[in-house]
Amino acid sequence: MKIIVSIKQVPVRDSQLRIDSNGRWIQENDLSFEINEPDAYALEEALQLKEKHGGEVVALCAGPTRASQTIREALAKGADRAIHIEEENLTSFDTLGVAKLLAAALKPEQPDLILTGLQSDDLGYGQTGVVLAEVLGLPHGTIIMAVEKTDGGIRVKRELEDGWFQQVEMPLPAVLTIQSGINKLRYATLMGIKKAKTKEIKRQTAADLGVSPVATALIERVYAPPRTKRTQILEGNAREAAAKLVEKLKFEVRVI
Amino acid sequence: MSGVLVIVEQRGGAWNRMSWETLAAGQQLAAQSGETVSAAVVGQGIETLAGELAQKKLEKVYAVSHDLLASYTADGYTAAVEQLIRQTNPSLVLFPHTYQVRDFAPKLATRFGQVLISDAIGFRVESGAPVFVRQLFQGKLNADVKPGGPAPHFASIQAGAFRADQLEEGSAPVESFAPSLNAAAIRAKPLEAFRESARAVDLTAADIIVSVGRGIKEKENIPIVEELAKALGAELAASRPICDSGWLPMERQVGSSGQTVSPKVYMAIGISGAIQHLVGMKGAKTIVAINKDANAPIFEVADYGIVGDLFEIVPALVEEVKKAKG
Repeated sequence: MKIIVSIKQVPVRDSQLRIDSNGRWIQENDLSFEINEPDAYALEEALQLKEKHGGEVVALCAGPTRASQTIREALAKGADRAIHIEEENLTSFDTLGVAKLLAAALKPEQPDLILTGLQSDDLGYGQTGVVLAEVLGLPHGTIIMAVEKTDGGIRVKRELEDGWFQQVEMPLPAVLTIQSGINKLRYATLMGIKKAKTKEIKRQTAADLGVSPVATALIERVYAPPRTKRTQILEGNAREAAAKLVEKLKFEVRVI
Repeated sequence: MSGVLVIVEQRGGAWNRMSWETLAAGQQLAAQSGETVSAAVVGQGIETLAGELAQKKLEKVYAVSHDLLASYTADGYTAAVEQLIRQTNPSLVLFPHTYQVRDFAPKLATRFGQVLISDAIGFRVESGAPVFVRQLFQGKLNADVKPGGPAPHFASIQAGAFRADQLEEGSAPVESFAPSLNAAAIRAKPLEAFRESARAVDLTAADIIVSVGRGIKEKENIPIVEELAKALGAELAASRPICDSGWLPMERQVGSSGQTVSPKVYMAIGISGAIQHLVGMKGAKTIVAINKDANAPIFEVADYGIVGDLFEIVPALVEEVKKAKG
């Protein structure tokens, strides 16, 4: 099975975010970046499928030069090679534009399966995988918790709301968006890190792929959310704050 | 092109309650932009549901019905709604941001060269056109997003962002819409929906819930919060990453993919408050947040907050609770 995993690089989870001077994005220069968490689960799923059925795993990433760090980490974990769509200014592409970039880069590979995380931790639109499937003319499954190969294609376990699930069968090739927690993430081994240095990374630009940005949904302004609720912050050291909270729980909320 | 079209959601003849919230949002948006609002329900054997919709203040109700829509598929729903949109020409199509909508609405928008402005928490109308508010970075920041390019535009509304009880009653004619669908074009085959196992833990019955998130750092640290739960006589719960890692069983998960709870007190410990978690607990009467990051979104919904190190605060709380209980 030839599997392409589409991954994204995002600011590390605990980053202190500051808004850019143009008010339309965040200041990126002093941030650290990492693989988008659901994409890490998609990568792991691809590696496990390859271990079971043989084949190849190709990591695909659209992002600026700094994304090469995340791509190296994917190679160190076991991806066979990578494609880096190198674009410094991806914010001028909306989801549809990014999906067109990814589609143009992966089409010549003729993969059997395309995996990606169900959403990104930064923009959180949660739709790149579905749009990519539509651009490629392929069937898709979203919020996937298990992938099983069958004779004619795959059977996947889709997560529904409130603890419900559903099995869905579909032919290959197909696009799946993977839910966090589907598997247990592996760490890169020393050997893997060493090997990654010799693995191929193919670099292409939007111009190489013949895709130009057309933004339909534009971010006009980014700002801190207005506080809607007045939170009483209980001050003091741990002991003092704890004592204040217990007093509130006893005399105001009356649950103690 | 004009008018707002709200696509409501049902499964097996039962409403998804987020449908009413989105209808209320649609009514408000239409009123502010001086447009009409209609609704469409998609499925098979949906006459009764369409009849219920007809009692709301709407321009028209479309009953989009076909045998191939009996169970949900992305291919079937996309084709059916695409045909309805091409015939009725709305300027804006609104959806509740459900798992099902996440599965097909982006595909539908792509067919019109558009992007779904997903999971919107609000809007304002500027010179007759809507600007949507979305959350970025798991709720740490907000963004105003303006639809561009030729209509129709597409947006989905977050659970709880609008109130269903503000939905205006009225009466609307029902129009049947029979899409032309081809069984061979529906590529995925959905099987029965199921639940993993009977839930051994019913968090919805708890008066007090002590819930733990990523801030706990390691599985070995779980007993720290367990002890607080014991001292308070509370149920122990967790955010998704904790259950994903297997530190607590899935049945203790609160959030969009776990249980939705509304206890007297919900104590969020080391939980940053991603949207997916908040929808599962923001109905709690009193919310307490303990987090080291003063900017964590959990403080947006908390009544009481302690900013600091949970490894110092929680043990101190256990002692104080024991003291208070005598």
